[in-house]
Amino acid sequence: MTVQLTHFSAAFVFALFASIVFGITHRETSREMIRYGLYCFVMFLGGALAAGWAMWLVRR
Amino acid sequence: MANSTTAKTKAVEPAQPASMMAVIAPAIGWLIPGAGHLIQRRWIRGLLLLISIGTLFVLGLMMQGHIYKANGGDILDILGFIGDLGAGGMYIATLAMNGGQGAIAFAIADYGTKFMIVAGLLNFIAVADAYHIAIGKKQ
Repeated sequence: MTVQLTHFSAAFVFALFASIVFGITHRETSREMIRYGLYCFVMFLGGALAAGWAMWLVRR
Repeated sequence: MANSTTAKTKAVEPAQPASMMAVIAPAIGWLIPGAGHLIQRRWIRGLLLLISIGTLFVLGLMMQGHIYKANGGDILDILGFIGDLGAGGMYIATLAMNGGQGAIAFAIADYGTKFMIVAGLLNFIAVADAYHIAIGKKQ
Protein backbone atom coordinates (compact mmCIF):
# COMPACT_ATOMS: atom_id res chain seq x y z
CA MET A 1 0.00 0.00 0.00
CA THR A 2 1.47 3.33 -1.02
CA VAL A 3 0.56 6.93 -0.25
CA GLN A 4 1.07 9.86 -2.61
CA LEU A 5 1.06 13.14 -0.70
CA THR A 6 1.35 16.54 -2.33
CA HIS A 7 4.19 18.83 -1.26
CA PHE A 8 1.83 20.90 0.88
CA SER A 9 0.10 17.94 2.54
CA ALA A 10 3.52 16.41 3.31
CA ALA A 11 4.61 19.70 4.90
CA PHE A 12 1.30 19.88 6.81
CA VAL A 13 1.58 16.33 8.19
CA PHE A 14 5.24 16.88 9.12
CA ALA A 15 4.46 20.20 10.86
CA LEU A 16 1.51 18.70 12.75
CA PHE A 17 3.28 15.68 14.22
CA ALA A 18 6.63 17.38 14.85
CA SER A 19 4.80 20.22 16.66
CA ILE A 20 2.93 17.77 18.89
CA VAL A 21 6.21 16.11 19.96
CA PHE A 22 7.98 19.47 20.41
CA GLY A 23 5.09 20.80 22.50
CA ILE A 24 5.03 17.77 24.80
CA THR A 25 8.79 17.48 25.27
CA HIS A 26 9.83 21.14 25.51
CA ARG A 27 7.34 22.54 28.03
CA GLU A 28 6.19 21.75 31.56
CA THR A 29 2.46 22.45 31.89
CA SER A 30 -0.39 21.41 29.59
CA ARG A 31 -1.23 25.01 28.72
CA GLU A 32 2.37 25.80 27.81
CA MET A 33 2.59 22.59 25.76
CA ILE A 34 -0.45 23.56 23.66
CA ARG A 35 0.81 27.11 23.15
CA TYR A 36 4.31 25.99 22.16
CA GLY A 37 2.91 23.24 19.91
CA LEU A 38 0.73 25.77 18.08
CA TYR A 39 3.69 28.17 17.80
CA CYS A 40 5.89 25.43 16.29
CA PHE A 41 3.12 24.39 13.88
CA VAL A 42 2.66 27.95 12.62
CA MET A 43 6.43 28.41 12.31
CA PHE A 44 6.90 25.12 10.43
CA LEU A 45 4.07 25.71 7.98
CA GLY A 46 4.59 29.49 7.75
CA GLY A 47 8.29 28.93 7.13
CA ALA A 48 7.56 26.47 4.32
CA LEU A 49 5.07 28.87 2.71
CA ALA A 50 7.44 31.84 3.07
CA ALA A 51 10.32 29.84 1.58
CA GLY A 52 8.05 28.78 -1.30
CA TRP A 53 7.09 32.37 -2.08
CA ALA A 54 10.73 33.48 -1.73
CA MET A 55 11.75 30.89 -4.32
CA TRP A 56 8.92 32.05 -6.59
CA LEU A 57 10.24 35.64 -6.33
CA VAL A 58 13.83 34.56 -7.00
CA ARG A 59 12.73 32.63 -10.08
CA ARG A 60 11.03 35.68 -11.64
CA MET B 1 25.00 8.18 65.81
CA ALA B 2 22.11 5.84 65.19
CA ASN B 3 19.90 8.77 64.33
CA SER B 4 22.30 10.06 61.67
CA THR B 5 22.48 6.57 60.09
CA THR B 6 18.67 6.37 60.00
CA ALA B 7 18.47 9.83 58.47
CA LYS B 8 20.94 8.84 55.74
CA THR B 9 18.98 5.65 54.99
CA LYS B 10 15.75 7.63 54.70
CA ALA B 11 17.39 10.13 52.36
CA VAL B 12 18.64 7.37 50.06
CA GLU B 13 15.45 5.28 49.95
CA PRO B 14 13.38 7.37 47.50
CA ALA B 15 16.23 7.26 44.95
CA GLN B 16 15.85 3.49 44.47
CA PRO B 17 12.60 3.31 42.44
CA ALA B 18 13.46 6.51 40.56
CA SER B 19 16.82 5.15 39.36
CA MET B 20 15.17 1.91 38.23
CA MET B 21 12.55 3.85 36.27
CA ALA B 22 15.31 6.09 34.87
CA VAL B 23 16.67 3.01 33.09
CA ILE B 24 13.41 1.26 32.17
CA ALA B 25 11.46 4.28 30.86
CA PRO B 26 14.01 5.41 28.24
CA ALA B 27 14.65 1.81 27.14
CA ILE B 28 10.98 0.96 26.63
CA GLY B 29 10.37 4.44 25.20
CA TRP B 30 12.99 3.78 22.54
CA LEU B 31 11.50 0.40 21.64
CA ILE B 32 7.90 1.69 21.50
CA PRO B 33 7.48 5.47 21.03
CA GLY B 34 5.54 7.00 23.93
CA ALA B 35 5.80 3.87 26.09
CA GLY B 36 8.32 5.61 28.37
CA HIS B 37 5.59 8.12 29.23
CA LEU B 38 2.81 5.52 29.41
CA ILE B 39 4.76 3.42 31.93
CA GLN B 40 4.99 6.54 34.14
CA ARG B 41 1.20 7.09 33.87
CA ARG B 42 1.44 10.07 31.51
CA TRP B 43 -1.35 8.57 29.42
CA ILE B 44 -2.28 11.46 27.12
CA ARG B 45 1.32 12.50 26.45
CA GLY B 46 2.32 8.89 25.79
CA LEU B 47 -0.57 8.27 23.40
CA LEU B 48 0.08 11.52 21.52
CA LEU B 49 3.77 10.63 21.16
CA LEU B 50 2.90 7.11 20.00
CA ILE B 51 0.42 8.40 17.42
CA SER B 52 2.67 11.24 16.18
CA ILE B 53 5.94 9.32 15.87
CA GLY B 54 4.24 6.11 14.73
CA THR B 55 2.21 7.86 12.03
CA LEU B 56 5.25 9.75 10.72
CA PHE B 57 7.25 6.53 10.45
CA VAL B 58 4.43 4.49 8.86
CA LEU B 59 3.63 7.31 6.42
CA GLY B 60 7.31 7.39 5.48
CA LEU B 61 7.18 3.67 4.73
CA MET B 62 3.95 4.03 2.74
CA MET B 63 5.57 6.83 0.72
CA GLN B 64 8.19 4.22 -0.24
CA GLY B 65 10.94 5.89 1.76
CA HIS B 66 14.38 4.34 2.17
CA ILE B 67 15.61 2.78 5.42
CA TYR B 68 19.32 3.19 6.13
CA LYS B 69 21.28 0.19 7.37
CA ALA B 70 24.42 0.01 9.50
CA ASN B 71 27.35 0.33 7.15
CA GLY B 72 30.59 2.24 7.24
CA GLY B 73 30.00 3.97 3.92
CA ASP B 74 28.97 7.52 3.15
CA ILE B 75 28.75 9.95 6.11
CA LEU B 76 25.19 10.89 5.07
CA ASP B 77 24.23 7.19 5.15
CA ILE B 78 25.64 6.92 8.68
CA LEU B 79 23.69 10.01 9.80
CA GLY B 80 20.55 8.59 8.18
CA PHE B 81 21.12 5.32 9.99
CA ILE B 82 21.46 7.12 13.35
CA GLY B 83 18.20 8.96 12.68
CA ASP B 84 16.36 5.80 11.63
CA LEU B 85 17.74 3.90 14.63
CA GLY B 86 15.87 6.28 16.94
CA ALA B 87 12.57 4.73 15.85
CA GLY B 88 13.58 1.63 17.85
CA GLY B 89 11.16 -1.26 17.50
CA MET B 90 9.59 0.11 14.32
CA TYR B 91 13.03 0.29 12.69
CA ILE B 92 13.90 -3.26 13.76
CA ALA B 93 10.52 -4.58 12.55
CA THR B 94 10.92 -2.81 9.20
CA LEU B 95 14.38 -4.31 8.71
CA ALA B 96 13.09 -7.75 9.71
CA MET B 97 10.29 -7.52 7.13
CA ASN B 98 12.78 -6.30 4.50
CA GLY B 99 10.81 -3.06 4.13
CA GLY B 100 11.98 0.44 3.35
CA GLN B 101 13.77 -0.43 0.13
CA GLY B 102 13.03 3.01 -1.31
CA ALA B 103 11.76 3.99 -4.75
CA ILE B 104 14.15 6.32 -6.53
CA ALA B 105 11.62 6.99 -9.31
CA PHE B 106 9.29 9.02 -7.05
CA ALA B 107 10.21 12.42 -5.61
CA ILE B 108 7.71 11.83 -2.80
CA ALA B 109 9.71 8.74 -1.74
CA ASP B 110 12.51 11.10 -0.68
CA TYR B 111 10.02 12.82 1.62
CA GLY B 112 9.20 9.37 3.01
CA THR B 113 12.89 8.79 3.77
CA LYS B 114 13.03 12.10 5.65
CA PHE B 115 9.77 11.32 7.50
CA MET B 116 11.31 8.12 8.90
CA ILE B 117 14.55 9.84 9.91
CA VAL B 118 12.62 12.64 11.64
CA ALA B 119 10.38 10.08 13.39
CA GLY B 120 13.53 8.49 14.82
CA LEU B 121 15.00 11.82 15.89
CA LEU B 122 11.72 12.86 17.52
CA ASN B 123 11.72 9.57 19.41
CA PHE B 124 15.19 10.40 20.77
CA ILE B 125 13.69 13.63 22.16
CA ALA B 126 10.74 11.68 23.62
CA VAL B 127 13.17 9.22 25.24
CA ALA B 128 15.09 12.11 26.84
CA ASP B 129 11.78 13.55 28.09
CA ALA B 130 10.79 10.19 29.60
CA TYR B 131 14.16 10.11 31.38
CA HIS B 132 13.66 13.62 32.75
CA ILE B 133 10.25 12.62 34.11
CA ALA B 134 11.77 9.49 35.67
CA ILE B 135 14.48 11.43 37.54
CA GLY B 136 11.96 14.06 38.66
CA LYS B 137 13.38 16.91 36.60
CA LYS B 138 10.01 17.31 34.86
CA GLN B 139 6.44 16.68 35.98
